[in-house]
Amino acid sequence: MAVVTEPPRERTPAGAVAPGRRTPRTLATSFVGYAILIFFALVFLYPFVIQTASSFKSEPDAAANPLSPVPHPVRWDGFQHIFEGTNFPLWLGNSLLVTVVVTIGRIFLDSLAGYALARLRFPGRSGVFAAVVAVMAVPGVVLLIPKFLVLNQFGIYNTYTALIVPLLVDAAGVFIMKQFFESVPVSVEEAARIDGAGVFRTFWSVVLPSARPALITLTILSFQGSWNEFPHTLVAVQDPSLFTLPRGLADLVSGSLGVGTQYPLKLGAALLATIPVAIIFVVFQRYFVRDANQGADKG
Amino acid sequence: MASGVLATSSRPDESGRPDESGRSGRRGRPRGGTRGGIRGNERIAGWVFVAPVVVILGLFLLLPILMAFWVSLTSWNGQGSPFTGKVPFVGVDNYAHLFTQDGLARRDFMTSMRNNLYYVAIVVPVQTALALGLALVVNHRMLKGKSFFRTAFYFPSVTSSVAISVVFLFLFANSGAINGLLGIFGINGPQWFSDSRGVLHLFLGLFGVDQPPAALTAGGPFGLSWWDWLAGPSVALTAIIALVVWTTSGTFMLMFLAALQGVPVALEEASVLDGTSRWQRLRYLTLPMIRPTLFLVLTLGLIGSWQVFDQIYVMSQGNPAKTTLTPAYLSYRTAFRDFDYGNGAAISFVLFLIIIVLTLAQRRLMRDRDSVRSHRWFRRSERSS
Repeated sequence: MAVVTEPPRERTPAGAVAPGRRTPRTLATSFVGYAILIFFALVFLYPFVIQTASSFKSEPDAAANPLSPVPHPVRWDGFQHIFEGTNFPLWLGNSLLVTVVVTIGRIFLDSLAGYALARLRFPGRSGVFAAVVAVMAVPGVVLLIPKFLVLNQFGIYNTYTALIVPLLVDAAGVFIMKQFFESVPVSVEEAARIDGAGVFRTFWSVVLPSARPALITLTILSFQGSWNEFPHTLVAVQDPSLFTLPRGLADLVSGSLGVGTQYPLKLGAALLATIPVAIIFVVFQRYFVRDANQGADKG
Repeated sequence: MASGVLATSSRPDESGRPDESGRSGRRGRPRGGTRGGIRGNERIAGWVFVAPVVVILGLFLLLPILMAFWVSLTSWNGQGSPFTGKVPFVGVDNYAHLFTQDGLARRDFMTSMRNNLYYVAIVVPVQTALALGLALVVNHRMLKGKSFFRTAFYFPSVTSSVAISVVFLFLFANSGAINGLLGIFGINGPQWFSDSRGVLHLFLGLFGVDQPPAALTAGGPFGLSWWDWLAGPSVALTAIIALVVWTTSGTFMLMFLAALQGVPVALEEASVLDGTSRWQRLRYLTLPMIRPTLFLVLTLGLIGSWQVFDQIYVMSQGNPAKTTLTPAYLSYRTAFRDFDYGNGAAISFVLFLIIIVLTLAQRRLMRDRDSVRSHRWFRRSERSS
């Protein structure tokens, strides 16, 4: 799996090719390069700066100085209102519950299936794998009505079950785990089996612990995916007491409070919803990078 | 949308191969094969292990598609179960309403198709060019702070689409940051989310063409006049386009970056010594080397941009004047707001077909590319030997 690390070429002495001759040009180009990068870094990060600043602004200040990165004066009303005037704590609780259960479920079930598809021989294995691959191509948005039909038909519409169970496994996760298990040498498992461990025992206490990197990737992806999940919650539940953060946030923006007002409140709520993912992102950056490159590593 | 899933979904092609080789490799290995008990265990364990995944994916992915197909042939209004005899079966009527019968359903559907076509036509090239440009700069050998820039560009891709939409609503508000910025340059920014004028119409307006020529209003395909088809994205849709390009380019930049690191440095250095210009190197060396990734990014972009939903839901709900309506959002609205589940499901199905065709085209293209490449490589090595 191609992880973007610093390319090896960097470790060779820099400017190995005719350094003297190229210096002036390199200076100019690197200046232009930095200028471009700094410009785009601003474009990509400044919205977050404005968001953070504005959530501490007073309402008139946010409207009058939308570009300013400094709140003047600093106000906490927005956040106070988030916790006292909205259902934010409830949404947060629901989001945490859904995210934790979904993440644990995916880690366990995806790696079980991934292991079986990679290592166990059973009739129908290639069929199951083909189906998993095919499922990855099914676009989420066309499933909005269909999912609602199924949840409704099973009588679990508007329950935590509807919110959680359909997200409990994901084809991409199974795929990642299968790829990983295939890259692990078989010898360890064989030793365990010769020692008399059963299939599950071998999986649980020998193979799974050795799959740490893949498990971390899967955990992060599942966390991020289920924390941010929106369309599914839209068709799975209707009861405001079952709203997760994205759903509550969408409701806050388009619903009761109306459009065009209360920006500190809305931006603050959006900020709080972003923080967990931001922390995970900063800490586990390289795993995100690995994920984004899974499609590209044959390039 | 989950960029990770999109990115991984392209891999299945190659997966078959390592799987095959892995299996045959193991088959050849002497492996306590006489112990039938373990083999038997494996059969059962295998199915037990995959059962949860198969059941959940089957119940919430496969079954829904079949059920929705049935509903798209009915005029179910959400009352009771759609699978009893009481629900009127209308055959392909819902599809006819979308394509052949003049009426509101077709006008809305075709408007959403037009909007999405403009959306695709702008989002895909812009995000690809931006991602490639950023990757080329970030990949520069001497650059300091690479990881900072990579992080900065990728961060928007991992955040919640809903939360980001809230931020962009604020940025594009009438007295928001974007209009403030435009004001610095003396430009009076539009009221982004209530401006339904198409940008092509606005552009023509600069040349004094305010009224559509009669030839363009008279008729046009699928119940929309040519003038309507040629409106371009509305000002409101442009704001959503800006948001989407901003969130997706980071992901694609990383994919380009991975590909660029596969370009041999020696080749680049040789061409520098040959006196090629920067542009020539990009055109004749770098781009051909990363062509598979370029293809991948383009097709993933195409597939993704037919699925735009979250941003529309949060920011505009199809308004103003239906200029941000997309098929995905329209199908949702038709079903859950107008309670016309049959029509909504039919729209979903049309969208499903569009995306599946794009996905299959992508797989086919990637496979062809691969075989062409390996073929060329084979010929080359043959020649040199």
